[in-house]
Amino acid sequence: MISVLRWAIWRDLTLAARRKAEILTTLLFFVIVVSLFPLGVGPEIATLAEIAPGVMWVAALLASMLSLNRLFSDDYHDGTLEQLIISSQPLALLVFSKILSHWFLTGLPLVLISPVLGMQLGLDSDSIIILMLTLLVGTPVLSLIGAVGAGLTLGVRGGGVLLSLLILPLYIPVLIFGAGAVEAAQTGLGVEAHFSLLGAFLVGSLILAPIGAAAALRISLD
Amino acid sequence: MFTKAFWLQLSSPKTFYPVAGKLIPWFWAITLILTFVGLYYAFVLAPGDYQMGDSYRIMAIHVPAAWMSMWLYIMMCIYAIIGMVWRTRLSDMMAGALAPTGAIFTFLALWTGALWGKPTWGTYWVWDARLTSELILLFLYFGFISLRAAIDDPQRAARASALLACVGVINVPIIYFSVKWWNTLHQPMTVDASGKATLPSEMLIAMLLMTLAFWAYSFAVSFMRVRNEIMEKEKNSAWVGDTLGGKK
Repeated sequence: MISVLRWAIWRDLTLAARRKAEILTTLLFFVIVVSLFPLGVGPEIATLAEIAPGVMWVAALLASMLSLNRLFSDDYHDGTLEQLIISSQPLALLVFSKILSHWFLTGLPLVLISPVLGMQLGLDSDSIIILMLTLLVGTPVLSLIGAVGAGLTLGVRGGGVLLSLLILPLYIPVLIFGAGAVEAAQTGLGVEAHFSLLGAFLVGSLILAPIGAAAALRISLD
Repeated sequence: MFTKAFWLQLSSPKTFYPVAGKLIPWFWAITLILTFVGLYYAFVLAPGDYQMGDSYRIMAIHVPAAWMSMWLYIMMCIYAIIGMVWRTRLSDMMAGALAPTGAIFTFLALWTGALWGKPTWGTYWVWDARLTSELILLFLYFGFISLRAAIDDPQRAARASALLACVGVINVPIIYFSVKWWNTLHQPMTVDASGKATLPSEMLIAMLLMTLAFWAYSFAVSFMRVRNEIMEKEKNSAWVGDTLGGKK
């Protein structure tokens, strides 16, 4: 089982390494969206620091959602996905490895660049650490939940817009508690409750989302 | 007549079509009568509230609409699961037919809540836990309806939207318990499952009557939708021709 997991992740990472631009697009999208807010709201640092947690989290949500289209579509178009479905390995495991490598390529870079953007928006160092940690726990949840939607909208007309309609409502709890933790840290309140809930989302979706996404893929490729 | 075989036969569109057709007028009659009686209780018989005055009378619509919005989502999900497990076409059609009604009740609950919020809270909308989660429920209904509409193959559309409904059903308990879990602006439940009520009894009767009225309404319109869908899908089968009396 481990060797299957390792093989699938290795394959996805190799494929991504051959097309580096795709990883960068998500990251650049995140950076640009966050940089738009000081231009729109005005450069006052106090206001920016106040809205920073929400801005960063919403931008992460959108970036993760935009990258979801690519989670299965390449494999769908070249027929790999069908081979994965008829292979003897459990589909949920293969889907899980795809989600994992998707997060490595799109979620993790956001986490790593977030301190720089946090500083730009005038967050203090404690809040930046909390922001990074919430993104570290929260972005895998986004990839996991999003995989179900990506599976359902595979090959559907106007799939991209539809995907956002299906997935964004389900992202809302993660957004609330992710941004909430950073706001709590800014005002000096405890962040444990927010982290516990984010962790609960992560554990829950880690177990259920691969099974759901596998079911979605079977429906789409029926 | 009411043997097990009869109930199972109802899951065939051909049997269901005439039965639903006979039931629809009855459900409409129940809806109208209960709505009139319920609104009479709410607007005439119930005494004004000592804090909120007359504005609280809107709860005879607001609370039943909110209940139905959650209940219909659960029903939709149950039908979707039945359709997924036993591959019965009628259950898929029922799930699809309940979605617009559920969305309307969700919207009605939000709208009446806004109208009630203005005189009592001084604002139409707050980002309170219960309001937000009810809004998410509305989005979930929209997602369900649009996913169904976007996929051409009816079987695939039914199964895909069924899976989506099951993922979204997590939101229903969150709405129901949100007032207990988060102490935000929305007042605690006036009636909970244990049956304790902190209301004048006339208003309680009004709310229950309105709930039953909404329930009957949901049956009536979803049956009408299902009948339309049956006609559309089975238009080439012989019994449709017989029913409509057209040329075979």
